[in-house]
Amino acid sequence: MSKTRQIEILVGAFMAAGFVALFFLAMQVSNLGTMHSGDSYRVKARFDNIGGLKVKSPVTMAGVEVGRVLDIYYDAKDFRAVAVLGIYSQFDAIPDDTFAKILTAGLLGEQYVGLDPGGSDRVLKDGGEIAVTQSALVLEDVIGQFIYGKAQEGAK
Amino acid sequence: MTDWLAALGRIGLAFSARLGRANLLMLAMLRGLPALVRRPRLLLEQLLSVGVLTVLIIAVSGIFVGMVLGLQGHYILSRFGAEATLGVMVAASLVRELGPVVTALLFAGRAGSALAAEIGLMKATEQLSGLEMMAVNPQHRVLTPRLIAGIISMPLLAAMFSMLGIYGGWFVGVGLLGVDDGTYWAQMQSQIDWNEDIINGVVKSAVFGVVCTWIAIFQGYDCVPTSEGVSRATTRTVVHSSLAVLGLDFVLTALMFN
Repeated sequence: MSKTRQIEILVGAFMAAGFVALFFLAMQVSNLGTMHSGDSYRVKARFDNIGGLKVKSPVTMAGVEVGRVLDIYYDAKDFRAVAVLGIYSQFDAIPDDTFAKILTAGLLGEQYVGLDPGGSDRVLKDGGEIAVTQSALVLEDVIGQFIYGKAQEGAK
Repeated sequence: MTDWLAALGRIGLAFSARLGRANLLMLAMLRGLPALVRRPRLLLEQLLSVGVLTVLIIAVSGIFVGMVLGLQGHYILSRFGAEATLGVMVAASLVRELGPVVTALLFAGRAGSALAAEIGLMKATEQLSGLEMMAVNPQHRVLTPRLIAGIISMPLLAAMFSMLGIYGGWFVGVGLLGVDDGTYWAQMQSQIDWNEDIINGVVKSAVFGVVCTWIAIFQGYDCVPTSEGVSRATTRTVVHSSLAVLGLDFVLTALMFN
């Protein structure tokens, strides 16, 4: 085998190994492998308090990811937060009286939107809105209520 | 007093002149790109000495850095009962910081010093002048392939470093310390972002590749053509590259991950 051919093979192996490593980082380490590339339709949901919900937080139904939070903004008219949910288009049969709530994964985990399907025959369409929502659980409020309840018990 | 001022001025002028020469050299090397396209063989040889021969040290250090991260991460995270996030910690620190930075430091030590010594000796033994006598532009013929080889090699080496480091952390965390295999990878996949983390890491390592190779080539090309000059050029290459990498790392991190 000639010298140049040997060099060519070695350099080729090096480049291939480098690209394999990049591919590994893309598919195995990052979210590119699990990222949803298909179309999605947008649905609005208004919450009194979104807590720690962020753009790109998952939207789940029965624990399965069916979409992502695309945008979050504050509506100055009714003093509520609006979360725009991007639901993947293959989940196109979600009833329009579905209940959206903000849940927390684990005790201190990240927050996500959980959908509980309603019983309506009509389904959510692009640009639709989820009417019934439940805000994020804010720990301070819960503790406050607990202390208030205790104080009332003591007063009796 | 005036002597002191004059000395300061001399240092400032010498520094500016070096900076200017380095930039002119970069321009000259970039002008050699069309010639390189016609002679890809030159690049191949440089990829061998700059890239392939650096793989071993990168691979070994990648595995060990990953193993240490797994061990230390597990020790700290288990205090909070958060061993499940070990994969995220290992992968994020490798892909964002340690991969590009440690690879660049090792690259400067292994490939940069060799480049500077080789070019410095070519200058000292008047091979570069010899090429010029034969009407071959030594900057295009000798320097451009080395620069491009460095720029191509660095991101690939950094990716290998990160990959092997993640497996090193996996070996210690999952294999020895009993973190669950599924959570190690799943947490990593949900937290590491392709654009935010991986692409930025690749951009970082490409920038480090440009800087390290540029410094090495300039130091070799600009050295005093004696054995002492070559030895000083080699030392300076490693010192300047390391400082440049660490300083630039802060700037790039502040720009990209704000």
